[in-house]
Parts: sequence; C-alpha cells; structure tokens
Amino acid sequence: MPKLTIDGTELEVAQGTSILQACEELGIEIPHFCYHSKLSVPANCRMCLVEMQGSPKPVASCAMPCADNMVIRTASELTHRTRQDVMEFLLINHPLDCPICDQGGECDLQDQAVGYGYDRGRYSEAKRAVKDKYMGPLIKPFMTRCIQCTRCIRFADEIAGVPELGLLGRSEDVEISTFVEKAIASELSGNLIDVCPVGALTSKPYAFAYRSWELKRTAGIDVMDAVGSNIRIDSRGNEVVRILPRLNEDVNEEWIADKSRFAYDGLKRQRLDRPYMRVDGSLQPVTWDRALEVAAAKLKATAPDRIAALAGDLVDVESVVALGDLMKSLGVANLDCRQDGAEFDTAHPAGYLFNSTIAGIEEADAILIVGGYLRWEAPLINARIRKRLLAGGLKVGVIGEHRDQTYPHKYLGAGVETLQAVASGNHEFCDILRSARKPMIIVSASIFAGGSGIALQALCRQAASMFNMVTDGWNGFNVVHTAAGRIGAVQAGFLPQAGGLGTRAICKAAADGRLDLVYLLGADEIEPSTLGKAFVIYQGHHGDQGAHRADLILPGAAYTEKTGTYVNTEGRVQVSRAAVFPPGEAKEDWKILRALSALAAKTLPYDSLGELRSRMAQIPAFRDGATPSPSGWGQFGTAGQIENRVFPAAMSNYYMTNTISRASVTMAKCTEEFLEFQAQPKTGTEG
Amino acid sequence: MLQDKDRIFTNIFGWQGYGLEDARKRGDWDGTAAILARGRDAIIDEMKTSNMRGRGGAGFPTGMKWSFMPKNSDKPHYLVINADEGEPGTCKDRDILRHEPHKLLEGALIAAFAMGAHAAYIYVRGEFAREIKHLQAAVDQAYEAGLLGKNACGSGFDFDLYVHAGAGAYIVGEETAMIESLEGKKGQPRNKPPFPAMAGLYSCPTTVNNVETLASVPTIMRRGGAWFAGFGRPKNNGTKLFCISGHVNNPCNVEEEMGIPLRELIDKHAGGVRGGWDNLMCVIPGGSSTPLIPANECADALMDFDGLRDLKSALGTAGVIVMDKSTDIIKAITRLSKFYMHESCGQCTPCREGTGWMWRLMERLNAGNARFEEIDMLIDVSKQIEGHTICAHGDASAWPIQGLVRNYRPLIEDRIRAYAGILQAAE
Repeated sequence: MPKLTIDGTELEVAQGTSILQACEELGIEIPHFCYHSKLSVPANCRMCLVEMQGSPKPVASCAMPCADNMVIRTASELTHRTRQDVMEFLLINHPLDCPICDQGGECDLQDQAVGYGYDRGRYSEAKRAVKDKYMGPLIKPFMTRCIQCTRCIRFADEIAGVPELGLLGRSEDVEISTFVEKAIASELSGNLIDVCPVGALTSKPYAFAYRSWELKRTAGIDVMDAVGSNIRIDSRGNEVVRILPRLNEDVNEEWIADKSRFAYDGLKRQRLDRPYMRVDGSLQPVTWDRALEVAAAKLKATAPDRIAALAGDLVDVESVVALGDLMKSLGVANLDCRQDGAEFDTAHPAGYLFNSTIAGIEEADAILIVGGYLRWEAPLINARIRKRLLAGGLKVGVIGEHRDQTYPHKYLGAGVETLQAVASGNHEFCDILRSARKPMIIVSASIFAGGSGIALQALCRQAASMFNMVTDGWNGFNVVHTAAGRIGAVQAGFLPQAGGLGTRAICKAAADGRLDLVYLLGADEIEPSTLGKAFVIYQGHHGDQGAHRADLILPGAAYTEKTGTYVNTEGRVQVSRAAVFPPGEAKEDWKILRALSALAAKTLPYDSLGELRSRMAQIPAFRDGATPSPSGWGQFGTAGQIENRVFPAAMSNYYMTNTISRASVTMAKCTEEFLEFQAQPKTGTEG
Repeated sequence: MLQDKDRIFTNIFGWQGYGLEDARKRGDWDGTAAILARGRDAIIDEMKTSNMRGRGGAGFPTGMKWSFMPKNSDKPHYLVINADEGEPGTCKDRDILRHEPHKLLEGALIAAFAMGAHAAYIYVRGEFAREIKHLQAAVDQAYEAGLLGKNACGSGFDFDLYVHAGAGAYIVGEETAMIESLEGKKGQPRNKPPFPAMAGLYSCPTTVNNVETLASVPTIMRRGGAWFAGFGRPKNNGTKLFCISGHVNNPCNVEEEMGIPLRELIDKHAGGVRGGWDNLMCVIPGGSSTPLIPANECADALMDFDGLRDLKSALGTAGVIVMDKSTDIIKAITRLSKFYMHESCGQCTPCREGTGWMWRLMERLNAGNARFEEIDMLIDVSKQIEGHTICAHGDASAWPIQGLVRNYRPLIEDRIRAYAGILQAAE
C-alpha cells in the first residue's frame, strides 16, 4: 500500500493505483484524453502530465503507478504550463469548428480548452486536413477533428473484439482508419462515439439534429435484449432523439449495444396512435369508448376456456401484471408470455435466470456456452466474457452454431448430442470443467423452443451438477433470454394456469377453432395466420404482425413512453422512466387494462401507478429491485428423451428482432450493410 | 592516441574477412566457455568494473543495466540487440555487422548468459541488406561450429539467436519501439514504467543493448574490466568508435580512446577539415540529434559524455558531422528538422504536432520569411516538446534547433533582414 503526497495531502492507495486514479480519489481532476478507465493505457496524449518531485520531466499520471514517498503537484506552475503546452499542440491542427460540430457542448477537448487553452493562436502555418472515412451507417467520421488519442482503436481491439481500426502512417500524417475502409462490423460499434473525446466519431443518425444542452435527459432501461442495459433517453419536445448508455457496472458497465442505441427512430414509424376496429374486413378508426366497449363485450360474452392471452417480448411488468390479474379474474387459464414457444420449468427461479450475475462472469474460469449466438442475443454479456478472457485464465467451450464469438473458444459441437456427451462427462472439454474452480454454463433460452425444452433444461442442470457448478457462494447455472419482458412476465405468473394452454397449444387451438378470443399484449412474434378465426384484440404500440391480424387494436405505449418495470435475465428489477408521451391517443398499457377491466365488470383494484406497484410488491420477485437476490438452487426440469438436433441462433438478423427495430430505418440500413446473406441483387427500382 | 594493441575492433576497416576463420585469427570465440564458466555475477561485475556506458547514445552504464534483470523469474528472459542504426551521421554498427559480426555474436552469448536469456534477437535496420547477409552468414557459421544453439561453446548453456530485419523506421531504434516492432506491432515507443527489464518483449524481462556495446564485451572479458576502465576520464572510460563525416578530407570510422580532443580526432584520423581548421564552421558531435558546437568551442572539445555535456551538447552515438564555412547551417538544420518530423511515430501529441510546426517555421526562417519574435517562438515550441513525450524523439527533434539558435541567431536575423530587403526592393 504505497503512501504518497498529492498537493500536500498525504494518502495511502492500493498497490497498482495510478497517480491519476489517486488524484480522482482526492477529487482532483486531471485533464486527459487518451486515458479511459475501461481501456488499456498508452499515455500518448500527454495531457495528464503532472510534476513529480525528483523527476526532471513531468510524468504521465495515467500510467505512472503510485509509489512510496512520491510527491505530486497537480496545481503547480509547471503542471499548468505543461497542460497549456499540450493543449496548444492539440489545437494547432484541430479545425476549431465547434459551432458546427455535433460533439459541441459535450466535448472533452472543448471543455479542457476552456481551462488550458490560450486565448489566441500562435500557429500561422497551414492546418492539416484529413480525408473522411466510411465507417458504415452508424458512425459519422470527421477525421480532421481527430486528436489521435487511439481510444477507438483500443475499444475495438479490447472490448468489441473486432481489431479493424488502426493508426495508419506516422508523424503528423497519422490517421485512424479501418484498413480497407469498411463499416465496423460489431454490435458494440456505437460505443466508439462515446469513447471518442472529440467530434471525430459522431452518430450518423443523430447528425446535425440537436445540441446536447437542448435535450431532456431521462433515465431508462433498454428493452432490445434481456440484459436490461441502463440507458439515458434524450428527448426534445415529444420526440426521442438519441439514446446513450448510463453507467451501471453490474449490468452494462458504460456500453450499450447498437440496437439499443440506434433503433429509436423506429419509435416514430408504424405507430398505432388511435384505436382501430375491423369492419367488413378492413381496419377503421374508432373512439376509445367504442373500442373498449367492444373489447369488454367480447370478454364478457366469451367462455373463459375459449379465451387466450399472450404477452409479447417488450412488455413491462406493470401491464403484464394487470393483464394477468384481469384474465385470472375472468377465469382464463390459457396464458403465456413465451411467444417463441419455449418450454422451461419455472418451478424454481434458478432454472431460468442468469444466476451468476453478469458481473459474476469476471470470476468464472471455465464457461460452457450452450446454443444460440451470444454475440447477438446479449452483446454485453458476450463483451463481459471477452473482458474476462483477456484478463487471462478462462477457457470457453461452445455448443451450437460455429460462429465468430469475438474471442478464442473451443468449438465442441452443434447440438443435443454434444450437450449429452458433456453432461455425461464423456467429452474432452469435461476435464477443463472439472478442474475449474468456478465453472459456468450459459444456456441460450432459444434451445428450449425447439421442443423437449424441459428435458433439455434438465440436461443442462445435470451438466451443472456434474461439474460442481453450484457451490457455496457460487451459482454457475445461467440462462440468457432475449426478450426484455420475459422474466418479468414469468415471475408475474403470466404462464399457463392449471389446465391452460401454452403458446403453441394456443395457436393450434385457435387454428382449430377451439378459441374465440385471443388477447395479444404486444405479441408480434407469432405467426398471425395460426390464430384462425378467433377474434383478436391487439394491444401494443406498433403496426406489426399482431396489429395486421387484429380485429380490435388498442394503442399502447412504447418503452420510452411509460414508466415501467423490467426484469432482466439475471432477475434484476429495474424501473424505466417515461421520457415522452405516447403518440396521438395511445395510452399507457396498464391504464388501458384498468379501463377495460371496469367495463368488463372485473375492476382491477388499483387506480394509480403507486397502487399497482403495491400490488406488484405482493410478488416476492419484484419486492427488492436493487440487486438480484441469489435464487439458490433447486429442482427443475424433467429428464426425458430428446431428439438429436442442432441449436440454431435465436435470431437470423440481429438488427431486427422486435417491432421497434423492425420499424427503424437505421436498423434496416445496418441489415443491408452488415448481413450480406440478406443482400438482394439490385433491380434498379429498389429506391 | 590509441595504440593498435588496445584496439577492440581490429577489422573495422574490413581488411580481413568477416567469416569465422578470420574472426578466430583475430581472437574471437577464444575461450568463451571459460568466460561463461566464471558465472553470471562475475560477468556482470566485470562489466561494472569496466565502467562501460551504453554505446547506443544514451550512455547508460551497461553493467548496471544487466543487473536490473530479475534473478529469479519463471518467465523467459530475452536479449534484444539494437542494430537499427538510423541516426544520421552514424555508421559504426554497420561496419561491425559488415566486418566484425562474430564479435557481436560472442558478446551476445556472454550478455545473454549473464542475464539468463536463452534467446536473443538482432533487430537490424532493414536497409542494411548486405550487412544482414553477412550477419546471417556469421550466425550460420557459429551454429555450425557449435558456438551458438544447444550447449553453446560447450558451456552447457542453450542460446538461440535470430536475425530480424526492420522495415524502415528511425524510431524503432528506440528500445521499447523495437520491442513493439519485434512483437509484430507498429513500432511505437511504450510508456515507461514498466521498464523492459521488468516487462519487455512479450511482457517478459528484456534487455536491449547496442551492437557496439555487445561487440566490446568479449574483449573486456578477456582483457579485464580494469583494462577497459584504464582508458579515458572517470565515468567516461574505454574506447569508442567514432564516425567522422562531412567536410573532412578523409571521412572514416575509427576506434579511439574516449575523451580524445575533437581537433585531434579530426586532424589525425579524418585528414583534417576541408580547407584547413580555420575553415571550420561547426561540428555536430554525436549524431544529428545532438546540438551543434561552433568552431571556437571545437578546438577544446573533449569527445566523451561529460566533456560534450559541458558544451551543452552530447556524445550520442559519436557520429561526428563536420561542417565547413561553405555550409548553409540554417538550411542544414531545417533538413534535420524535416527528418525528425517525418520520423516521429505520431502517438504523442507534442512530438506529432510540434515537429511539423518547427519544420514549417524552420523553412520560413531558412527563406527569411519570418519575424524576429518567431525565433523566440521556435525555441518556445521546442521547449514545449522537450521532455513531454514518451520517448526521446521529442528531445532529439528539439536539440538541433536549440543548438542552432543558441549559436547562430545573428545569422537567422540577417536572413530575415535580407528577405525584408528583397521585398522592399521589389516594391
């Protein structure tokens, strides 16, 4: 524990702490550009130089580890002069185009120039200009502004695992570039915009839209995957204009995936902004009164066993609890929230949650990934695994599709057969799992969808037991879901009740004419044609598959428009706040259900969000939201015969997985850019 | 003047062959096993006794550098040999590679043994195509003769040596940039700490030594550190190769005693300054990065680390560039300034941005198209670079300019006046 003196204050810091970190502990701000707490330290911007007693030259505080008896002066004449010197160099070739730069107002260079810049320039030579690069549909480069801090290179290399960026050339001609000028093929590429301290890499969809200080900031939770990334929703008027990550070390650190960041333009398209009813085969606008009246009448007139309700992937806990309460009070047993038809035992929460927690990945020393494609299904969990792998001492085995995971791994096999071999201890990877101190299995919930889900769950549990993955203080059994609303709905009990049907049975029953009324709460991932002749009420926010099939549409709110609770794949309960109002006549979902319940003569016992939250608190899983409580270990799954099959990825297109991202133009551009297999030959009339 | 019997590099002029047979006649590889049998500590102590200071330019005591390598480490140790000789005005290592490669190989073995390194890499400047051939031939001969490889020289010590060609970057002569380049990355210096002795090549303990340093080691071991320390002044001991180029009658590479007066060096070995000593304008004493010394100080200059430091210059690589009065010194330094701009690796802000600024300013000063106060600004800019960068390239780019302005400011001002005069006349 070195003891040192910084600006006259003596302090003791942990071994390996840099001077810059020690200064931060004291609340002393050291200006810096290249240093980033989550990336390696190249010490090349030289902005953080401080005076150290006994050293003839100022030292780079970001890279210099604290040692005993150091005397650091961060406020001295020399330190200040050094910062001014470096700032002058940074600015001589910078275009100083802050008024037209999207980074203006949130630019490190701008901020620090206020503190250390001279009020006039001495540089009268020609300035350097750099040709712009093409970096795809998400990132807008303006490389003349670049200060060569190399944060973007290090992010791509270290966090995203796509070493596509580099510093080309030398001396003052160095340029950041992709080697062959192509788009950055990573699901985390949007974070480059955040790590760039200047306006060299900015958001293409947000280009020239607004100044940062004009925006209202709202703390939200992302629903594009089940990681529950913490996001900041920036809005202007009643429009969401951009989405940025919020720091949460336990979940997303300071990153978010591209879909979370860029799909927001889908919130403005294909929106259901007023109730509709199918009249003579076509959808006609109706008033709320009429729509609710019809819905209530249908609910009252239909026998409970001929009613089914499905909850979608993006639902918040509030609305799913309200719908569940309403349906259960009507006596409806045909409820399900797993649109993909996944079957898994919900008897014990450990059976379907990410029990190790996402941060817990950093303790694991062997990981067996079963099914799916984590890089798409949960990019930030994948990034965590890569982070752990780079730290050293981790071995990863993958069963499923053989694809680029962004980190070295052992490919074990394609499907059930391999999993059975591993679970029975007859696989070479077993030695690694056996010798691991904290082994971990990560199961993609998508494997439960292809049939025999419960038996597969039991098989995974068998593997976990076989290799002692669950011990005191360590639970290495993990399930990754892709739907943000899934865990919340499962824990709210929105599942087939006694004698009720599950998703696939509901579809089959509807097709066979055994159901008369199907209530879809934002459920768009089921094939609409399977619902037969049943009367379909669709409550949701986008005119997608569900709405096209619907006989009655009740327009709801998207995740940025309602204060809602979401439970991520770890079982972490998080609240997202409303940033804007729902468009047109659309309403918050729980309010629609509350109004409907009154008309259906089954009035729900809550008139405000607070009362609804009190109702939710009766469910133990929603009581304490701050951290996911360890769910322990229990019995789940039933061993059974499993037909051998491969585990395909849960999605064929990362960029379009739900109603919002399907409506997004940006995501459509990404699909075209990044997913070559989707590229169609140009016809000349494609627009 | 150094006597022939005390020369280390007896074939530096290439009058004999470079191969193993000729090298053995000169005494190379003689009793190497016995030297190794003295043990690690004894070898390092012998080097400390010799007071050898690194010949690559910085002049760090070699014995001390070797002693920094950890004694007990479970990681492999590496020796990296810096043959990326790129400093303008310097050509000593090149002649060692050409004519005396076996001295280097033997020195590498002894040094590697002293540091517990079982592998060494010779990083040769890529432009040295012929030298690489000689070196590789020498390495092959040594392997064949059992001097390198498993049980090198019958000492029981396994030692492998690899020759690696660079790709043409001055900055890779900086030790950590060399390590980066060896690892297959872009040759950019690393921030220190950690120093290479703790985490160098592949994050393993590594020592980087200059060719001349290592090539002197076998002779020091055979004749004793005290013999080597017997030359020169305190802290500036031994013999040294000097490269004399520029406006002399007989440019040459010559081994001399440290601390030899500059005038004696030039007159005795290089045939004197072109047009006589009085025609001398200035001398850059240690490779292009060191500040120049004007003629009036040259007469008494002593060619060693401390002697030149006292004259606000440095011994550097001992690449003596002599310039007579026909030289346009402003233009000459402008050209050096352009070189340092071009060779900056581009990672540190002050060096990346500042070297280009200085060069552009120098171009204007060279033409006279500037204001007097811009001379002060130039010095200011050079001070803003100096000492603020990861490696010494920033300093190296600043020193020639500081040397110029310190000694020839009136010349620059005259040029500015002349330019203004031309403008006035044109109006």
